Amino acid sequence: MAKLTAGIACSHVPAIGAAMDLGKTGDPYWVPLFQGFEPSRRWMAQNTPDVVFLIYNDHATAFSLDMIPTFAIGCADEFKPADEGWGPRPVPVVKGHPELASHITQSVIQSDFDLTIVNRMDVDHGLTVPLSLMFGQPQAWPCKVIPFAVNVVQYPPPSGNRCYQLGRAIRRAIDSFDANLNVQIWGTGGMSHQLQGPRAGLINKEFDARFLDQLVTDPESLTRISHVQYIREAGSEGIELVMWLIMRGALDAKVREVHRFYHVPASNTAVGHMILENAR
Amino acid sequence: MSLEKPYLDIPGTTVFDADLARKGYHLNSFCMSLMEVDNRRRFKANERAYLDEWQMTEDQKQGVLARDYNRLIELGGNIYFLAKIFATDGKSFQHAAALMTGMSQEAYAEMMLNGGRSPEQGGACKAPEIK
Repeated sequence: MAKLTAGIACSHVPAIGAAMDLGKTGDPYWVPLFQGFEPSRRWMAQNTPDVVFLIYNDHATAFSLDMIPTFAIGCADEFKPADEGWGPRPVPVVKGHPELASHITQSVIQSDFDLTIVNRMDVDHGLTVPLSLMFGQPQAWPCKVIPFAVNVVQYPPPSGNRCYQLGRAIRRAIDSFDANLNVQIWGTGGMSHQLQGPRAGLINKEFDARFLDQLVTDPESLTRISHVQYIREAGSEGIELVMWLIMRGALDAKVREVHRFYHVPASNTAVGHMILENAR
Repeated sequence: MSLEKPYLDIPGTTVFDADLARKGYHLNSFCMSLMEVDNRRRFKANERAYLDEWQMTEDQKQGVLARDYNRLIELGGNIYFLAKIFATDGKSFQHAAALMTGMSQEAYAEMMLNGGRSPEQGGACKAPEIK
């Protein structure tokens, strides 16, 4: 049977991708950030999964205001890196896992989560930056990826509790897939940041630190943070943290924290990262 | 009964909700069109003429011409869509963020290096205990 072994939380700041693509990772500005991911890459070399279920948000790339799915699952064979206005990132094409994706789709919809099914989609930095951070710059990504896009562009996104419960449904679906696969689930975006208006640049280290602590030990308390609380405390784009709760909902109640990293700033954003393992 | 909007009092922050999304649909669709290189070329060649192809209000068009992102947000622009405009100008997110705060890009970058705008500066109330 498929086995969910670990969850990863990871910000997806576009400037991080640009730094890697333009060979700037050795710049003093970026060195501390990439150092924080060195243990992650070592861990990943020992724990490369067969499939990553990758939760992210599209940034007005694949979805305009013409269609705005709250939850969209990518069921295609492959997903091309999108041209976000300055040409596609020079990273490998993302290979999907249509069999597992379809299985999860059917199972999760039958658990009352009405997913939008996507069979053709380009993926933007929200998805490719975490892959770059965890895997570096390989010729091909070392595993299959199921993209799972969450609307956090038009208010309201799904609630934290809805996301957490969805994570639990995704876990049940993975557990019931009849193939011997090592699966990881990644929740991306966050942490505190605000990209718009006179309050742009907001960072709340206290909020972020508590969020990271409780993500490990008491995730259910995080499901009670309201949208307005996220915006007020963690900035208008800090609301992306609901995506981390899908990841956490899929893991065991008790997890082992393997690695934690927090850094300010990457461009306008507080970068948070964590690796959590299920008990073996 | 009208919708509850408990986010209207958050300082310096506009929440892109259903009403603004409706108001900004054509503005954001114009922004989205700049994803294509031919459209970027046509827009750069004659901004006003390109804008006139879209069902935008005159205020929205003026906002684009002036690159007044705070005004565009009030008029229904969403930051991820507006990003297509400053990307077309070859400007970074940090450039646009600095502009919206009224700071120079240097001062804004310095603030971020020093840990960003604190919640106190940003007018956020103190984080309540999560129970």
